[in-house]
Amino acid sequence: MSLKSRSLVSINDFTKEEQLQVLELAQSFEKNPVQDILKEKVVATLFFEPSTRTRLSFESAVSRLGGKIIGVSDVTSSSLQKGESFRDTIKTISNYSDLIVIRHPKEGSARFASEVSSVPVINAGDGANQHPTQTLLDLFTINQTQGKLDELNVAFVGDLKYGRTVHSLVMALCNFSCTFHFVSPVELKLPDSVKFHIKERKQKYFEYTKIEDVIKKVDILYMTRIQKERFSDPIEYEKIKNSYVLKNDMLEDTKENLRILHPMPRVNEISEDVDDSIKAYYFQQAMNGVYVRQALMSLILGVK
Amino acid sequence: MKEFVVKAIDNGTVIDHIPSENVFNVIKILNLDTFDNQILFGTNLESKKLGLKGIIKMKNKYFEKDEINKIALFAPKATLIKIKDYQIIEKTTVTPPEKIEAIVKCFNPNCITNTENITTKFTVIDKVQVKLLCHYCEKITDKENFIISK
Ligand SMILES: [Zn+2]
Repeated sequence: MSLKSRSLVSINDFTKEEQLQVLELAQSFEKNPVQDILKEKVVATLFFEPSTRTRLSFESAVSRLGGKIIGVSDVTSSSLQKGESFRDTIKTISNYSDLIVIRHPKEGSARFASEVSSVPVINAGDGANQHPTQTLLDLFTINQTQGKLDELNVAFVGDLKYGRTVHSLVMALCNFSCTFHFVSPVELKLPDSVKFHIKERKQKYFEYTKIEDVIKKVDILYMTRIQKERFSDPIEYEKIKNSYVLKNDMLEDTKENLRILHPMPRVNEISEDVDDSIKAYYFQQAMNGVYVRQALMSLILGVK
Repeated sequence: MKEFVVKAIDNGTVIDHIPSENVFNVIKILNLDTFDNQILFGTNLESKKLGLKGIIKMKNKYFEKDEINKIALFAPKATLIKIKDYQIIEKTTVTPPEKIEAIVKCFNPNCITNTENITTKFTVIDKVQVKLLCHYCEKITDKENFIISK
């Protein structure tokens, strides 16, 4: 099915083939990121909570394709929302634009926006629920570094309980028969709902509590941040916090093709001495976000 | 001879085997609070099936399947009995529908349906345990967390 005029709220809104279609087109933007194909188009970026990184990535993607951006970087502090319902805000903005990119702290907000908007909606994060363009850029990066998406050993490290990036990427990778390795403190283990999904898709997964247990056998090491606030007992956090920090010497004897990813921003879970390793790939990963968003918006706006 | 704790009706519908604590929830979701015929109900009656059960009898009222199935959220084992001239003419059970709209709230306090004026929508992902997947926030509401949304 064509992606023209479709909304993307959850990664599962697109089939495996449709996701691959976006990734394939993203490769052409990687080679040629400046194209004048969105000249007549207006993209609205509505950020109901600040997320400078994601917003700039979308806006950079639109600008490089010659499109116009109308945006509000923090809707709550602007006059836009005074007494107006979310529904009315979206209806109004959809009259001004060809596509809406929305980030909102309430879960389900993007789905609702896609139902009331007259133009397609891209979810740039709805609370703890979904952030599908992050998943697409993660898939793109894995494919870029490994030359394939299937039959890979992928490790996820850190907060696997609350990390929505992890949940969506795991779900998406279930399309490609990968083996999953989950490394987390007991308090922050992957939720049963995601494990259930993996089992249902007949994929394999293993659980660990130390990075060292798994680092030598994986192709991708996906790091995430552990937040102190997630622990009811601060002493527990102090006890484990150093076990989930990646240091350069831990990369010894790891696979040649190992690449380290991180949704960014990092705090201290990847020590800076890792940055110079050829295996550190998180900055390129962030850059890929622009190509993937260019591809996605071009397909939805029907110019590709 | 069987003794009726709740008086028999001549014509209408009896809903039996409602968990006692949910009788008022069933009354609410069937809008019986605005029903203008006779309604008889009992709670905390003894039942082999449920321990304590509730029962509702509605005079001159018959239901469409779709209309009645939504009570399965609160009374998954309910028996529906159609009465004509004091005779049982049909006895059926309820089955939870595939989709639920507007009846219960999403338990997730951070769900958009709890701050905006939006009709809730759920997919019933487990008909036995009655688990509802929110169409908006994609979180699961269990029957322990059901709150009627009106
Ligand atoms: Zn919800």
